[in-house]
Amino acid sequence: MLVVVCDHKSGVLTSNSLEALSFGEDLARNGGKDLVALVPGGLQDHSLQSYRLRSVFTFPFSGDHATAEEYLAALLLLAQRSSPECIIFSYNSLGKALGGQLAIRLNAGLISNVCGFEWVDGRALFKKSVFSGKAYAWCAFQSETGLVAILPKAYGINQGQSEQVPEYIDLGPLAPDSRMLVVERTMSSGKTPLTEADVVVSGGRGLKDPANWGMVESLAELLHAGTACSRPVADAGWRPHHEHVGQTGTAIRPKVYIAIGISGAIQHLAGVNNSRTIIVINKDPEAPFFKAADYGVCGDLFEVVPKLIQALQNGQ
Amino acid sequence: MKILVCLSKTADTTARIAFDAAGVKFSEEGVQFILNPYDEWYALVRAIELRDAQGGQVDVVHVGSAASDMLIRKALAIGADAAFRIDDPEPDTRSVAEQIARFAASRGYDLIFTGKETIDYNSSEVGAMLAAALNLPFVSLCSKLDFSDGTLRCTTDIEGGTQMVELRPPAVLSAAKGLAEQRIPNMKGIIDAKKKPLEVLPAEAGSALVTVVRYELPQEKMGVKMIAPDDVQELVNVFKNDLKLI
Repeated sequence: MLVVVCDHKSGVLTSNSLEALSFGEDLARNGGKDLVALVPGGLQDHSLQSYRLRSVFTFPFSGDHATAEEYLAALLLLAQRSSPECIIFSYNSLGKALGGQLAIRLNAGLISNVCGFEWVDGRALFKKSVFSGKAYAWCAFQSETGLVAILPKAYGINQGQSEQVPEYIDLGPLAPDSRMLVVERTMSSGKTPLTEADVVVSGGRGLKDPANWGMVESLAELLHAGTACSRPVADAGWRPHHEHVGQTGTAIRPKVYIAIGISGAIQHLAGVNNSRTIIVINKDPEAPFFKAADYGVCGDLFEVVPKLIQALQNGQ
Repeated sequence: MKILVCLSKTADTTARIAFDAAGVKFSEEGVQFILNPYDEWYALVRAIELRDAQGGQVDVVHVGSAASDMLIRKALAIGADAAFRIDDPEPDTRSVAEQIARFAASRGYDLIFTGKETIDYNSSEVGAMLAAALNLPFVSLCSKLDFSDGTLRCTTDIEGGTQMVELRPPAVLSAAKGLAEQRIPNMKGIIDAKKKPLEVLPAEAGSALVTVVRYELPQEKMGVKMIAPDDVQELVNVFKNDLKLI
């Protein structure tokens, strides 16, 4: 039996959960295994029916959102009852809180940042992203239970076809660890989180002055994109630190990444080189970013970007 | 306050990523190793700040070979009081966590820090494993930490936002950006570091639950398609036809 750990926001499964379900569905089908899901109580999202789930286990939680400690208690109980072969979850911030703890408590192997799998001689090998996406490690479990932690946005989401209505089973009251108390939650409202944006427009030192940031935002708005920046821009205080993408900032993997006035230092590339398509606008023909790019415009951004914005506005 | 900071060594970001002919081992030839930035810049510096404000001591621990001693001395130069190295040349993440847990179990640490991940293998596993092995609460992805009246107040990253948690030590925390500012060791620190203790302890590794079958490198990019700067219409066409953005 394979278990997929799901999370929901306002009663709707998160995209990370849909991705974990997609991975679980494909793995279960290839291996001829049963698939079940674990969700915090109260979710009746119709899309759960699309992934050939035999059962959906639910668990109660206090507060407005299940904590990592509540997930952990539910998973330990579920594992004790039904000894799953694999537990599959997104390696987002929730997954990072859970993964290592489950590995010890269940004596299970943990393969993190998984972006694919293949079956070889009757066993699954999992493809793990390492060196910030500059290499992959194919890994195998040597344990009875395996923990598969999926790198967000690396596998993709299946448009589920099945109409199998799963059986709902409530795990009943839990006794989560209560030593840590959540006193406040601050959710960023409105904008899509940078890590979930399909298109990202990013600006660097080439913009010269924070007053010029407007063109990054205008372009982003026209392309329904998120905005990001390089480290010098965040360190200079032009943009908030949470917009810094790169080695020590956020790592992102959007479908399209547009870099404006960023030279493409290796530390910056480490955070963005898994973007599917990279477009670079820079006046320096020697900028290392062009080597990592799919499309490049070698020109003055103060001319190119306003003309591009104008052309996009005219086209609409 | 008695604090332990776990240190990893990691290949420098600029290292060329290559593997041996069989594709099973990372080729370390010509690779420069550094202290993992999340351990050094955030975990270690916040630990030192807490010690300076509250009194106490900061120990650092590393699982690795004598080749890491230079990096451990850097942590002492930045301000840690004492260092321990568990002498295991090639530990996997689980055995790092298990060996540090065994080391820390009887030493009464109030706080144990790890970085949120190493910048090479990016696994982000050791902190959570340590917490479970020591049966301590785990504060994951901590970007702000205050301590007063015996209570830790931590801001942590969660999906789509942040949360504030409160707890009493002991606890294990993984350090994220924002927790502290990087410090460069000064001359006095470097001289003092030579006199500080670095104790080497024997390894006691368990069996691996995950094995790497082989490594592979991603496919090379097809090469960049250049667009003339005065031909923005071409870029608009790329947005429209190739990328379906508009």
